[in-house]
Amino acid sequence: MSYQHTIGRKVYRFSDLKTLLAKASPQRSGDVLASLAAESYEERVAAQMALADVPLNRFLEEAIIPYESDEITRLIFDNHNVTSFKLINTLTVGEFRDWLLSDDTTLSVLQHVADGITPEMAAAVSKLMRNQDLVAVANKIEVVSQFRDTIGLKGHFSTRLQPNHPTDDPKGIAASMIDGLLLGSGDAVIGINPATDSLNEVGNLLILMDALRQQFDIPTQTCVLSHITTTMELIKNGLPVDLCFQSIGGTEKSNASFGISLALLDEAYDATLSLKRGSIGQNVMYFETGQGSELSANAHHGVDQQTCEARCYAVARRYKPLLVNTVVGFIGPEYLYDGKQITRAALEDHFCGKLLGLPMGADICYTNHAEADQDDMDNLLVLLGVAGCNFIMGVPGSDDIMLNYQSTSFHDAIYLRKVLGLRPAPEFEQWLIRQGITDENGNLNSKRNVELLQQMKTLWMK
Amino acid sequence: MDEIKPLDDLFFAQLREFTAARIGLGRTGSSIPIKESLAFNLAHAHARDAVYSELNVDKLGETLAEFEMPIVQLHSKAAYRVQYLQRPDLGRQLDETSAEILESYNRENDVVIIIADGLSATAVNHNAISLLRILLPQLKASGLTLGPLCLVKQGRVAIADDIGFLLRSRMSIILIGERPGLSAADSMGAYLTYNPRPGLTDEVRNCISNIRPHGLSAKQAAIKIFYLVQESFRRMLSGIALKDDAGSVTG
Repeated sequence: MSYQHTIGRKVYRFSDLKTLLAKASPQRSGDVLASLAAESYEERVAAQMALADVPLNRFLEEAIIPYESDEITRLIFDNHNVTSFKLINTLTVGEFRDWLLSDDTTLSVLQHVADGITPEMAAAVSKLMRNQDLVAVANKIEVVSQFRDTIGLKGHFSTRLQPNHPTDDPKGIAASMIDGLLLGSGDAVIGINPATDSLNEVGNLLILMDALRQQFDIPTQTCVLSHITTTMELIKNGLPVDLCFQSIGGTEKSNASFGISLALLDEAYDATLSLKRGSIGQNVMYFETGQGSELSANAHHGVDQQTCEARCYAVARRYKPLLVNTVVGFIGPEYLYDGKQITRAALEDHFCGKLLGLPMGADICYTNHAEADQDDMDNLLVLLGVAGCNFIMGVPGSDDIMLNYQSTSFHDAIYLRKVLGLRPAPEFEQWLIRQGITDENGNLNSKRNVELLQQMKTLWMK
Repeated sequence: MDEIKPLDDLFFAQLREFTAARIGLGRTGSSIPIKESLAFNLAHAHARDAVYSELNVDKLGETLAEFEMPIVQLHSKAAYRVQYLQRPDLGRQLDETSAEILESYNRENDVVIIIADGLSATAVNHNAISLLRILLPQLKASGLTLGPLCLVKQGRVAIADDIGFLLRSRMSIILIGERPGLSAADSMGAYLTYNPRPGLTDEVRNCISNIRPHGLSAKQAAIKIFYLVQESFRRMLSGIALKDDAGSVTG
């Protein structure tokens, strides 16, 4: 089916739904690279106007990637909840945007409707929304997940402590972990990106982190972000795996390029669940996504990068994850050129993920060849804080010396908590107070707990 | 003034021995103190300057003359840096003028050496010559014939496929500026491809990374590259298969 909109004497035609979505997408370099972007400002708005008139029902009739050839499309259609959808099944995309912003559409309504929204509906409505709209709606939604602490509660804001080291040196990693914990970081997870996927080294890192966690009775979870096949092997070998990590894509083909499929994810999910290591909850999966990965793998099927990204969330929500992290600025300027595009993409991803019921966090980050700097990240940090983002990264001094990019620092999280009155995950906050790292009001103690420092020395002196 | 220094400077001094990460920065309020804040800005400035640095064709050309080989200056289809950053596909292809230049070099050869700016011209401006002073004599002494030295502006790694194909080279070696990090803005990479031709992907290349005075030295890099060249010609392939067998030598 084709779509069209007339402006003056010019008739803009869009041959199918995926073309309409791509042309309606706010400008970004990746869609230009893929030759999918609107060719003029007017064409983009024409597409948005045409899209606003498309009934949400249409998305259940026209698959943007054929049902027969893509298991993510099958997942989306087969799991669509018709009962939840009844709340919105008479709306067009434009009416859906107004409905989302309405005061009558409260948290409980949004939670009820989540299963009735497909990723493509979420992507479509986001394309009609300003940054402010994306913040306003996301701010209404609360998605809570639990393992050893509670992440995502209103008024709380968590961090992943990211103590990477270029050669996975355990002492180097321990040093960054200690620095982060003393600055109140790590309530979402302590998670290492390993330099190698070697079973032995990854296993050693898991043991190191688990020893630290147990020694200090820290109410958090640990993770080495290796491929799921490595994690499954480690589970078999009896290593202390709290969370199962995987990067995911929004098409079957892009997941194949990551070496995964839904069947493999199912297997990894079951294996991790079977360990029953969560003390207060069993959300055991940690997913990372990011706009552009489908194009990068030449697996986008002519679908714009933001819609591809939203389709990742269909994969993620199948596994009731603890954490979903959009690594928004890591991919580089050929997909998101500058601070403006990175900011927009982060707000879209956070909004779409939350709308679909996911515990969204964001890696607020950039590479050195992107037109972005710390000021752009500072702006995005505040925007996501106001939007109710569940967690961000905590990297020593913003400088990840393994992945060679800049993310948010331990200090950034302290700042955000202070200016927005946000607190760590409740269980972790109590731990910070018990250890004397922060006081009851969340302020870092000026005098650090010498005893804690001394004890931590044993970690790498061993 | 509520600047909080690390309580135990000695403690963090010990920790810093284990990692180059920015730990133990102290804080003022919730923020990073000025000295560390400016140090970060300087590192980022170096990285940004490196991204926009230009291949010093005149200086490189003058110095390369010592090797007594033909030198050709080429350009990718990316016309300028901003386009280069957004269109990696254009940086992988030679522009028409460059392709015509190469077609006039009508002689088969074993190895073509290419120097391209990549994401840090600074890296190759600083590190290419010292590597070639060790590597070129080794290649010549082993009896390999060499194509012209190619200098490429706005080039990405895969442009070596176009060049090697047009020059009928059995192997291409491209020296190219890597994406600058905060810890190093002058890191050069070397990519070796057997039987270069358009359409290849990265799994058929071997990469030697982090070539710079404080990383992998020119001498160490030359040893690794020369080893890979010999193995590549012996086994008539390059890429993942070669790397696996090379074991500790390729690192």
